[in-house]
Amino acid sequence: MDTGDTAWILASSALVLLMTPGLAFFYGGMVRSKTVLNMMMMSFLALAIVPVLWVLYGYSMTFGPGGSKWLGGFDRVGLNNIGLNTAYGTLPEYVFVAFQLMFAIITVALISGAIADRAKFGAWAVFIVVWMTIVYFPVAHWVFDFGVSGGPGGWIANNLKAFDFAGGTAVHINAGAAGLALALVLGKRVGWKRDPMRPHNLPFVLLGTGLLWFGWFGFNSGSAVAANGIAGLAFVNTGVATAAAMLGWLLVEVVRDKKATSLGGASGAVAGLVAITPACGTVSPLGAIAVGIIAGILCALAVGLKYKFGYDDSLDVVGVHLVGGITGTVLIGLFAQGSFATVGGKANAGLFYGGDFSQLGKQVAAAGVVLVYSFVLTYIIGKLIDVTIGFRISEEDEVLGIDQVEHLETAYDEAGIIGGSALKTGV
Amino acid sequence: MKLVTAVIKPHKWEEVREALAAAGVAGMTVTEASGYGQQKGHTEVYRGAEYDVSLVPKIRLEVVVDDADVDSVVSTITGSAQTGKIGDGKVWVIPVDSVVRVRTGETDEAAL
Repeated sequence: MDTGDTAWILASSALVLLMTPGLAFFYGGMVRSKTVLNMMMMSFLALAIVPVLWVLYGYSMTFGPGGSKWLGGFDRVGLNNIGLNTAYGTLPEYVFVAFQLMFAIITVALISGAIADRAKFGAWAVFIVVWMTIVYFPVAHWVFDFGVSGGPGGWIANNLKAFDFAGGTAVHINAGAAGLALALVLGKRVGWKRDPMRPHNLPFVLLGTGLLWFGWFGFNSGSAVAANGIAGLAFVNTGVATAAAMLGWLLVEVVRDKKATSLGGASGAVAGLVAITPACGTVSPLGAIAVGIIAGILCALAVGLKYKFGYDDSLDVVGVHLVGGITGTVLIGLFAQGSFATVGGKANAGLFYGGDFSQLGKQVAAAGVVLVYSFVLTYIIGKLIDVTIGFRISEEDEVLGIDQVEHLETAYDEAGIIGGSALKTGV
Repeated sequence: MKLVTAVIKPHKWEEVREALAAAGVAGMTVTEASGYGQQKGHTEVYRGAEYDVSLVPKIRLEVVVDDADVDSVVSTITGSAQTGKIGDGKVWVIPVDSVVRVRTGETDEAAL
């Protein structure tokens, strides 16, 4: 075991954890003031449920030794058979458990943006449990398990050998496709395209973007699972691709709307973070700039699709995470540099770096399979929840505001002293 | 007695307040308001989606004055709030039957 690697992955784990509260601010600022608490609580509920699932059986389903290429084995249920000296590569296995837990938390939280303002909180809780079990744990096994602790590892990682450094497929395409499915199951918000649904607090959105960006260094650079040169490369690429994507998004706005918006800057940064996630260990910093600019421009255009096709993906989980995730995953097939993109010591360069179409084909296959699997399974899970316990609050409650209906709270005391309230429960 | 109500542009508020103070008006009630007249709202863009924001932020000030002072108060407000562009606002005057000062019980002109 390596103490340097261990220290860096412990620090990275804390960084990645912070992304989920960051996401809560990013999403919370974008909704109306009557729904901000519910929006933020959807992320915080992932922070409450996923760690428990992870320890009980999630880690074992994802990384347990002795499984198949489709699913981990049951050797690690309840984190059984892990001791202080159990190694996972150069790390104590407990450290790897902690690091990968944070990925599991944020992935399901990302989906919530697609169904803002209208999902029953209890139904969302059920969804988290079922979706993690049926969709996330298997897909994360396919992509992230290289068989380090024994077993064949996942099929995308070890058989297909597509590059996905930190989760363009398992996290972003997965969450994006799931968001699209849930947006279709729940339907449009009351008054969509008719009532103004302006972001109620853009400083929150920028704050969330800052926290996400900060935490994402742990997400990407930590995915080297070591404190080494690849971690450094991923760190630099994460910084520069994000910057380039922000420029790309703002460029679209300046050309189309004549002005650069703060929401556009924040969205562009997140689109860049998403797109560089799979690519940050295999492209050069110059390649990362290309990935970032392309992702910023594509995502800025993609967020308009929902108005054309008529689905209310409220906070653009599709436009940013699905499109950004596909962009980054597929561009590896073009921009992967041979000296970084190696499999078993053999260079698998992208098309623009002297490679052939083979890596590009693998990237497309990985992206496509995860997209279809996640979309289909999520749609079925969503429908089952909807016909049994109901996924959506009533129209009347939705107009009133989900915060006071589902949480018995409002975020802001807008009435001031005049609206005053009396304490009901005597002390 | 008359109630003078003025709806003005927020950035002219300080000038109006100073001009009224100089003219001897000792107090008033001010609220942040929103509305529209000839000055329509503006367009905002969020991730490419355009919104027409129809309401414009305004300052609404109310002051009760003696009949003899109405004309000078109105002209002080219009003089100091004017920019000459649409959206400068309105001033209107309505009669007031009675006024009581809560602290002392004084009534009408003595309460102003």
